[in-house]
Amino acid sequence: MKQNQIVIINYGMGNIGSICNALDYLGGRYIVSSDPGDFSEADAFILPGVGSFGVAAETLRRLDLIPVLDNEIQKNGKPFLGICLGMQLAAEDSVEGGCHKGFAWIQGHVRRLAPKGELHVPHVGWNTVRVCDSDLLFTGIPQDSHFYFDHSYHLTCPSRYVTATCQYGGYTVAAIRNENIFATQFHPEKSQRTGLKLLRNYLNFIRDG
Amino acid sequence: MLKTRIIGVVLVRDGIAVQSIGFSRYLPIGHPSVAIDYLNRWGIDEVVILDISASLQNRAPDVSMVKHCSRFAQMPLAAGGGIREITHITDLIRSGADKVVINAAAAKNPRFIEKAADIFGDQCIVVSIDARRMPDGSYVTYTHSGTLPTGISPAECAKVAEKHGAGEILLNSIDRDGAKSGFDYELIRSVFDSISIPLIACGGAGHPLHLKQAMEFKVSGVAAANFFHFAEHAVIISKRYLEQEREEIRLETYASYPDSRFNPDGRLMKKDDERLQKLRFELIPEEKI
Repeated sequence: MKQNQIVIINYGMGNIGSICNALDYLGGRYIVSSDPGDFSEADAFILPGVGSFGVAAETLRRLDLIPVLDNEIQKNGKPFLGICLGMQLAAEDSVEGGCHKGFAWIQGHVRRLAPKGELHVPHVGWNTVRVCDSDLLFTGIPQDSHFYFDHSYHLTCPSRYVTATCQYGGYTVAAIRNENIFATQFHPEKSQRTGLKLLRNYLNFIRDG
Repeated sequence: MLKTRIIGVVLVRDGIAVQSIGFSRYLPIGHPSVAIDYLNRWGIDEVVILDISASLQNRAPDVSMVKHCSRFAQMPLAAGGGIREITHITDLIRSGADKVVINAAAAKNPRFIEKAADIFGDQCIVVSIDARRMPDGSYVTYTHSGTLPTGISPAECAKVAEKHGAGEILLNSIDRDGAKSGFDYELIRSVFDSISIPLIACGGAGHPLHLKQAMEFKVSGVAAANFFHFAEHAVIISKRYLEQEREEIRLETYASYPDSRFNPDGRLMKKDDERLQKLRFELIPEEKI
């Protein structure tokens, strides 16, 4: 049986090296690409995220990748995993670096973190994550496990998309799902064994549906 | 809730990981990728890898070294040393770094911090500040491995860095570096009080108690270099000590020394014979992911 091919979407600024290292460890088959031709052949996608929303959105538009992503993910229903900035791009818009439009694959907006109390921004470090319903992405991962967060902006969206939250001066969306679209605010590729388990669950979903 | 990070620092001098004393004596440890591999297995929360010869030799960051080391870093990797241009940051982030650490370039030209934060996001930009204590009790920032005084206090440097978009500050005490006598708590306080972004304190750890004392300032992370390189499971043992002292840290490695006791030097004591006898008959299967 041919192993599924993942396209790691290259928009010139994600922490591509880290996600490649994680997939190498798990034995996932992938290419790193910004070529729309590769996207139509892909079985699944990962959009990593280290960068400013404004620059990322502009770059994705300039590379003309959004129409093909809309087609493969929204229309053809291929699995998608967005990480950190990759999750925020799925929203309608963000105020980081000016007002910028996202993919609008979910209703929701990205706003600057404003945690109550004397908490710092960015929200950086290992925080415990509470899974709302048993989502397949968290199979085998105990409740209140730690994942690594590093962000100054966060997603606000209708609760029907929210699969996990964390506490940082109030509830913060930690993970979302909209059918074939998965996304996490934290970095599973940087959350040691717990993160690798989550990525394994995503690989299993790609394989089994 | 968010935990305080326990951070390992790997100092690399001409390609070799080194133990540093006072920013002036360097003793070789070995290949940096091996240090990172161990730190990762021991559940370190984050690693900072610093090429301390880059600025002195006026050369670009060693991207291939970071790329090789990143294969072992299943936790965040912050890379620094010689970063002076945006392309340096792009190359490092693409090659396995998750954040960058800027020292000399930030002190010389704070606008560079702003430019970097605009493109990569402030959460990716760590500004590191190395400080020496003066005879009158004040502190001065130095760059280029403690050789060039800037004439500016670390508190002021930190404030400027925050103003220009830095996401975090990594604060090093040059005097306490490798001294194993505790962090410079006055230095930490002076900088902590002057900023509102996360602060990582480094320099002086010689006993898990020192890490606990640094955490009293509610810093975002406590970092150590030498301290984690010389004992098997050094990170896990420190975390077990801190957990017993009720500190909010993350301890999730399979090996976690749950019923261990410590001697006054902060070292593990032998388990009692009854417990050891029981262990001979327990088979613990390896978990496969």
